[in-house]
Amino acid sequence: MDDKMRRTLYNIYMGLFLVYLLVPLGLMGGAAFNDSRLPSVYPWKGLTDRWFIELWNDSTMWTSFANTILVALAVVALAVPIGTASAILVNSISGRVRSVLYGIMVAPVLAPGAVIGISTILFWNKLSVPTGLHLSVLGQVSYIAAFVMLMVLARLQSFDQNLEEAALDLGASHGQVMRRILLPHLYPAIGAGAAISFFQSIENFNVTLFTRGTSQTLTVYVFSKVRSGVTPSINALALLLIIATLSAALLYEVRRRRLAAVEAAREAEARRAEEAGVL
Amino acid sequence: MSELLRRYGPTLTGAFVLLTAFWLLMLVILPNVTLFEASFRPYLPVTEVGGPKDFYSFGNYMKFFANSTDTDIFGFNLPVPIHVKIFFGTIYFSTLVTFITFVIAYPLAFYLAKVVTPKSLPTLFLLLFVPMWVSEVLRSFAWWLILAYKGPLNAVLQGVGILDAPVRWISGYRAIIIGLVYTYVLFMVFPIYNAIQSLDTNQIEAAQDLGSPWWRTHWRVILPHAKPGIASGSVIVFMLAAGSLLVPALLGSPTSLWFTQTIQQWMLEAQDWNTGAAYAFLFLILCTCFVSLVMWLFKVQLTDIAK
Repeated sequence: MDDKMRRTLYNIYMGLFLVYLLVPLGLMGGAAFNDSRLPSVYPWKGLTDRWFIELWNDSTMWTSFANTILVALAVVALAVPIGTASAILVNSISGRVRSVLYGIMVAPVLAPGAVIGISTILFWNKLSVPTGLHLSVLGQVSYIAAFVMLMVLARLQSFDQNLEEAALDLGASHGQVMRRILLPHLYPAIGAGAAISFFQSIENFNVTLFTRGTSQTLTVYVFSKVRSGVTPSINALALLLIIATLSAALLYEVRRRRLAAVEAAREAEARRAEEAGVL
Repeated sequence: MSELLRRYGPTLTGAFVLLTAFWLLMLVILPNVTLFEASFRPYLPVTEVGGPKDFYSFGNYMKFFANSTDTDIFGFNLPVPIHVKIFFGTIYFSTLVTFITFVIAYPLAFYLAKVVTPKSLPTLFLLLFVPMWVSEVLRSFAWWLILAYKGPLNAVLQGVGILDAPVRWISGYRAIIIGLVYTYVLFMVFPIYNAIQSLDTNQIEAAQDLGSPWWRTHWRVILPHAKPGIASGSVIVFMLAAGSLLVPALLGSPTSLWFTQTIQQWMLEAQDWNTGAAYAFLFLILCTCFVSLVMWLFKVQLTDIAK
């Protein structure tokens, strides 16, 4: 088998994999337009917009949606400061304590969501806190904070601590060192961490299911709908969510490409200036 | 620590320590201690908690071994407790899912790391990331639609002539495996991609120049280098698959219970939080053992996996 043929085979494999990934999502979205009581693209019974209208008039969906957003915002508000603070803390210590602390911080990422959910309600129940979305927030933060921690910790590796040293020597206060020097360096990681936290929280099902009490979030709502009398309005919701995800991803990509182009232009400029200087 | 104090002063350092302590104590350690403690206590009405009936025992754990059913194991008909059977079924099928995702993901990771032109990489990654950001519940729902008895898969397969009669896909563990592989395959691709990417392409070319056939290059050069990535991908996929509740609940049938579903039954249907705690604790132990075993076998650290 020569090189060219192997490359073609690989390309075909990649193409098939993308089809495998994307076609189910397309079928699910397509069923939203099918004028059939049961959600399916087959058999096709004609184009309709009634599932979108049904979705729009579904008040449970709107409460679940609002709950999801509220929970996600609360998770971001807690996970970002916790993750950032613990990354700074872990970064400043070394040796055995560091690896133990690090282990405890990372372990919740691997723990099954059901276990996190159950331990959360049992513990807060002892403190007489009833179940509800506030416990969902706490349960989710317990592992989502680790994502923020890992991202900030990675960013801290490229931080030049001499900058802080210089600032302190020049008479900056502790608050100024934090605000003006450390945090600006960490902002990209903090921003990415906030985005990851938000999406992780929206996606969460396992922790939420055990901690939510009687409140609903979108994932729980979709789940209960599928199990009890599903209509294609769920497909309409799915399609809208996929479109939202896709737009966010495209926006990110466009921004990234623009930044890369700016960076490349700046580098070319610098190279030209250097060459001119040499001459 | 003194370094922190010198740089950020007592107020900020105190805030760092407090935030970290809140996280690790109130959200991680104490809840798990409570889980452990509660798992040894009986489930009682509120008025009897702390009364004479409230003592520590293995009662909740013994429920694990109740209700034996005859099961065919290598041709022997043995009575196996129903929950033990579900427990090992979950491990077995999660391992199977992990293996299938590895087989699918390895060529893909290699392609992304070494074959494809770097220019098209961002677009490919974008296409791969979109399904990953779509909620798990929707991804399982998509397969619920596809695998339906009167769904598109049966229609296509019958249309092409592969099947004579429609197949009931959602029965036994079949649909769960299909759903889990679809949902978690990307968690295998990215760690292996990261590992292979750090391999110097010259090493692959050297092997080829010395006459190594493509399969030996993979076996002796690329696979060994990708080992940490394979280990972390396997651990992540296994944990996600075993811990999944959505996929088995949506794509499962009455004959295919997942262990998380038994936990859910104790917690939410029977409202017996103590037995639920015992089951959850057993499950946690299982997962910890498995992860430790894989890390020991592949000689990788927790630090490598968390990347």
